[in-house]
Amino acid sequence: MKTWDAIVIGAGHNGLVNACYLQRAGLDVLVVEKNDWIGGAATSRSLTPGFLYSNCSYVCSLFRPEIMRDLELPRFGLQVISYEGGAVFTRDGDYLANYRDHHAHRREFARFSARDAEAYDRYARDVTRQCRFIQPLLMRTAPDPTSFRPRDIGELIYLGKKFAGLGAAEMADTLRFWTMSISDFLDEHFETDVIKANFALSGIIGTALGPMSPGTAYVLLHHYMGEVDGSVGAWGYARGGMGAVTKALADSFRASGGTIRASAEVEQVLVKNGKARGLVLAGGEEIFGKLVVSNADVKRTFLKLVEEKELPDTFLRRVKNFKMRGSSGKVNIALDSMPEFPALPKDSPCYRGDMHFTDSVERMERGYDDWKAGRWSADPFLDMMMPTMLDPTMAPPGKHFMSCFVQYCPPKVEGRDWTDADRDAFAETVISQIANYSPGFRDRIVHMEVRTPRELEAEVGLTEGNIFQGELTFDQLLFNRPVPGYAQYRSPIDGLYICGSSTHPGGGVMGAPGRNAANEILRDLSQPTKHMSPAHDVI
Amino acid sequence: MTSFDAIVIGGGHNGLTAAATLAKSGRKVLVLEAASEIGGAARTEEFAPGFRAAPAHLLNRLHPEVVKTLELERHGLALGPIAPSVALSRDDKPLTLHGAYGESLSGASASEAAAWQELRAQLLRYAGILKPLLARRPPELGNMSLMETSAFAMTGLSLRRLGKEDMRDFLRMLLMNVSDVADEHLDDDRLKGLLAFDATLGSHLGPRSPTSLLGLYYRLAGEFGRQPGAQALPAGGMGAVVAAILRAAKAAGVSIRADAPVARILAEKGRAAGVALDSGEEIRARTVVSAINPHSTFLDLVGTREIDTGFVRRIKNIRMKGDAAKLHLALDRPPEFSGVDAAGHRGRLVIAPSSDHVERAFNPAKYGEFSPEPVMEITLPSLSDPTLAPDGACVLSAVVQYAPYALKEGWEAGKPKFLAAIMARLELYAPGIGRLVRHAELLTPADLEARYRMPGGHWHHGELQADQMMMSRPAFGAAGYDTPVEGLFLCGAGSHPGGGVSGVPGLNAARRIIEMRG
Amino acid sequence: MPKTAVKPVTEQAIVQPLHSPAQLHFRTLRLDTPFQPRIDAAMKTNDWYDWGGYRAPASLWDEELEYFAIRSQAALFDISPMTKYRIEGPDAESFLNRLTLRDVTKLKTGRVHYTAWCDDEGFVLDDGTLFRLAPNRFRLCCQERHLPWLLDSAIGFDVTVTEETEVVAALALQGPTSFAILREAGFEGVERLKVFDLAEFAHEDGSVTISRTGFTGDLGYELFVETRLALSLWDRLWQAGELRGIRAIGYTALNRARLEAGLIVANADFVTAEHAIRADRVRMPDEIGLGFMVDLEKGHFNGRRAIAEARAKGRLRHVLVGLEIEGNIPAEHAIVYHRKKKEVGLVSAAIWSPMAKRNIALASLERPYGDSITDDLWVEIYAMRELKYERLMKRAKVVQRPFIKLDRRTASPPAEF
Repeated sequence: MKTWDAIVIGAGHNGLVNACYLQRAGLDVLVVEKNDWIGGAATSRSLTPGFLYSNCSYVCSLFRPEIMRDLELPRFGLQVISYEGGAVFTRDGDYLANYRDHHAHRREFARFSARDAEAYDRYARDVTRQCRFIQPLLMRTAPDPTSFRPRDIGELIYLGKKFAGLGAAEMADTLRFWTMSISDFLDEHFETDVIKANFALSGIIGTALGPMSPGTAYVLLHHYMGEVDGSVGAWGYARGGMGAVTKALADSFRASGGTIRASAEVEQVLVKNGKARGLVLAGGEEIFGKLVVSNADVKRTFLKLVEEKELPDTFLRRVKNFKMRGSSGKVNIALDSMPEFPALPKDSPCYRGDMHFTDSVERMERGYDDWKAGRWSADPFLDMMMPTMLDPTMAPPGKHFMSCFVQYCPPKVEGRDWTDADRDAFAETVISQIANYSPGFRDRIVHMEVRTPRELEAEVGLTEGNIFQGELTFDQLLFNRPVPGYAQYRSPIDGLYICGSSTHPGGGVMGAPGRNAANEILRDLSQPTKHMSPAHDVI
Repeated sequence: MTSFDAIVIGGGHNGLTAAATLAKSGRKVLVLEAASEIGGAARTEEFAPGFRAAPAHLLNRLHPEVVKTLELERHGLALGPIAPSVALSRDDKPLTLHGAYGESLSGASASEAAAWQELRAQLLRYAGILKPLLARRPPELGNMSLMETSAFAMTGLSLRRLGKEDMRDFLRMLLMNVSDVADEHLDDDRLKGLLAFDATLGSHLGPRSPTSLLGLYYRLAGEFGRQPGAQALPAGGMGAVVAAILRAAKAAGVSIRADAPVARILAEKGRAAGVALDSGEEIRARTVVSAINPHSTFLDLVGTREIDTGFVRRIKNIRMKGDAAKLHLALDRPPEFSGVDAAGHRGRLVIAPSSDHVERAFNPAKYGEFSPEPVMEITLPSLSDPTLAPDGACVLSAVVQYAPYALKEGWEAGKPKFLAAIMARLELYAPGIGRLVRHAELLTPADLEARYRMPGGHWHHGELQADQMMMSRPAFGAAGYDTPVEGLFLCGAGSHPGGGVSGVPGLNAARRIIEMRG
Repeated sequence: MPKTAVKPVTEQAIVQPLHSPAQLHFRTLRLDTPFQPRIDAAMKTNDWYDWGGYRAPASLWDEELEYFAIRSQAALFDISPMTKYRIEGPDAESFLNRLTLRDVTKLKTGRVHYTAWCDDEGFVLDDGTLFRLAPNRFRLCCQERHLPWLLDSAIGFDVTVTEETEVVAALALQGPTSFAILREAGFEGVERLKVFDLAEFAHEDGSVTISRTGFTGDLGYELFVETRLALSLWDRLWQAGELRGIRAIGYTALNRARLEAGLIVANADFVTAEHAIRADRVRMPDEIGLGFMVDLEKGHFNGRRAIAEARAKGRLRHVLVGLEIEGNIPAEHAIVYHRKKKEVGLVSAAIWSPMAKRNIALASLERPYGDSITDDLWVEIYAMRELKYERLMKRAKVVQRPFIKLDRRTASPPAEF
């Protein structure tokens, strides 16, 4: 009977990144995936003829360029194209656009406020400063502040030095920034509602918080930490949809000798004498491995795949207390022609970026109030885009794939499970939101896929449909992610590791958790990590 | 022309504490109070013929060092018994926290009581770690002195004493929301509602807002009669507490002038030189200490000409729009809250049926609307001190949330509606109370602002949230009681650690002045 | 991909509404200035650069000769893209006095001064020229945009601040014949303008504000006019200058002249405080040669406390100096060494000066170098020559700025040539 060097549960992007790094270190690695397709939440699926949907994640910005290089992803077909613009439609028939050109950006803001137009530079500087402070932490294992190990103390000193390197005023700003709401932060920079809404959205995407919740300024940072070819903060499309990311990873993995088994749902992690020995698949087949790495979220991993008796009480309590309430849904639409948005000039670059309909922070926050009450937002926030404006591979010429990320959408509807009728009503809310700004929109729809947290949990395996595999609040960041004492990708079970977005630094198609976990595993195995190029410099 | 070593602006408890402490160090000190009576928001006033009340109605954080330094007991501070907290319930089955913040519970299931004891111990343990930080001057960023660094290290050490797992939980919970923490430990909605209410009282947060647990820690870091978390209705009302501080100040030689509103703080080349009163009179002093709101201090009294633009920005950015209204009812006789015993009526009665209810009450406040079903904490001070009401009659004093300072429809139109909403809630828990009302005084944040010169009607003189605490309170550049204007100090609730009748800002400011030889 | 039948394109159901020109600005990423038709006509090199979102000429016909137009005849340079603010109101003077380093009460109506302003920490936000157009009316010209800072600084003052970059056209006329051209053009009384004077002159049915200022260290003037009168002003000057060698020039030529004059440029020779991302890149006035502006006696101004404290505690870390470097190879962005070993600073701008016949540079050094230690300084020049760096270690001497001093700049009345 074969014993693999490592078995990775889940062929999501982090599982594959992890597997790639382990395989390239010379280990014999197997990835098992429950679905008959790979990619987890980073996937492209053809659900209606001629169209490809990025049906979960839809934007590629956070994916670490170091990983793309190490794993030769461009060679395996990955190509990322930056957005050309973006827009927020306003209720009075106008819009606020984001342009890549600095001066156009300023002139656009000046249409709304002369002051705000000139306030952008300071805002950008302040956010950039915070980004530069946090960015180097992405590719590092979070230190354990309760530990006296030299490595943890060294990391803490590193952080302390970084902080001490800031000026006193900047330190004060940093301390405030980390606990502020994005709404309060924006109030300190801008006066126009739609301009604030334009930035606030980055503070809420993927989180179960409203823009007025403390801590959302940090969430904004989480979304700004990405880069497309050195352009920090840029968001982009993966050519061929988000599946192109995992397809490239899978191809890279196989090219280096790795094995992937699809349609192989894991029933349980085999544990013997406190050590992981392999897996049992649904159906009873056992697969043996010297170590097991789970890309599933922390709750799924430890509450479903591992027997309770194998885990210490404190750990179990903390895993149970881990918060991963889903807050978003997704509507994927195939359109037989280019939709009209009369507010937007036909040659606007905004069509080749993300579009939004929420023109005030208050509307966003009210959407969150609905979620807290267990309802999807009656006036939802949409992050809408048509990747086919730039990517010819996802729909036939002249036709379009439209991706609508929808917030807020609760994991349960007023305390009960989602029904199909709920799902349809939810979709209707979304479609009518778009149709309000795009006459004739409904007639262009040829196919639609609606994904609520129910579908995200059932298909992708994200507990409660939380796209970040755990909320991004202070109590679940850095050394607290996923749980205190186990923030370094290890678990109480010897040989069982976690590598998904439940771990530091968290969600988004970033790949950092997978890579950081591989680094820790190889360290435990005393294997070299020369094939992992160092994190990019922040100078 | 008379001249003083120090002039203190504002005769509230913090101003008086600072003045008394400075006078005890041998300085010649003058306190200037704008109103005709000393005491600020802690003064007891008549709101209906024969009925008296103060905005602050509970004593739960008067700091022992203040009591000791000012010898308040010698000056007549009489501490009443510890008051229970009663979480009212519609089904006539309230839950009562006895002793210091629920040393024992009544009205809860055995398992809930056990869970509570565990959580209570944990919360008190963690609040205890923060306590020394709340008692001393916050460290100076980029310029931490040896003393400050070692004080911080001491806190680190007390953290270490927790034990590893406890320490991990402490770090995890520090910035959590109170609702999640309560849900992790408790089942009883009444108890969770009470915690949610206490954590968010006086702040623009709902129980589900991240960091809201800090509000509860802040409360539990306070003490009464050496018992952390304990509270009392002071004998003689809150006015008696101020009176004791006032006596201490006078005994130390402080001169006090009421009806003396300050128009300007005189600054000469970046240095404070005294004050000018509304009357035009100028009084000079080497040190000026402001116990009033930092916003008024810098933007109105100092003026933007004497300070820098970045600092003006920081001061303007302090969020200080209050959400708490104060209700005073003159009642024909004591009301009866269903299911509450006599001792409970002498304690603190809380209407906050569940954490979700508190959160729902908060929602409208975000958009400038009041809670249609407000939450509140009620005391009946005349039961403990009969002098506050005519014979047989009763005073009801309640802090009610959420009543946003900037009500969209304006308070003139909104106030009667909000009062009706409050009375409707009260009626549910004390049926018939409406018929007892002889007079009702509802002070919205706008009223509190006008009457007590507290911008935003905010008793903390600025939101007490994570980003406005410690080194960020009230703002970078003025977080250590000294300010960019040499010789001008802050000593009010707007400074670290914040509001409530603690006297700590006043005491710390005075110590800082003495240390700087101001 | 499966083939699908393409539906015929139907009539657009919705007629596109008319979009306002303001909405359509994205179609023109670089604006034209009011003088663009004339500049386009003079443009032969098609050598444009982006100046604050405007299409501005780096050179027009020959950058070398354009420079000599400044020094020998008269050069016309479009400064419309410069950021301009109008500051008006009863408190305008006290507002500016609190905002900027110099004493504005000493700036009389009809005068201009070069000034700078700082943040609370005493770091320079920008430098610029302040024009006192009337007792209660000023114009502030600068490189960067500062409206939020100006508005927040106006809290507590009875003053209005308006951004007027796009509505005021501006030209610099610089060089020995510039005075003669203005007189020839009929601006009567222009001879009375001393250096840093300004006055209003009639033009068409409006007026033009002329100041004896400039960025060249030469005799020269700057002219401000409402945009609708821009082209006629250009034509008036051009006609008057025909016999006096008037030439249109681009920035490259101007940049040489300003360097000879020892003048600094924001975000080239120092990083403005509101743009600096790295905490150590910001500079106090004393660190970029603007210490002379700081007036600690005038009362409170922004950054006063920090500047006074830095001076008292000796916390000034940098100094900006003029360097004369041996040889003739410009040392742009070269590292400055002490004793050829210790790195002590960086050259921010450098040229071979045709007027001084010296190899000159501006450099930012770490004190005490450039301050109390000025000997044994060296610059390491990497000169790219046919795909190879020629590395030179050259001796550098700290010298006074300006590198050239032309009497004609200040002569009053101004000389004809």
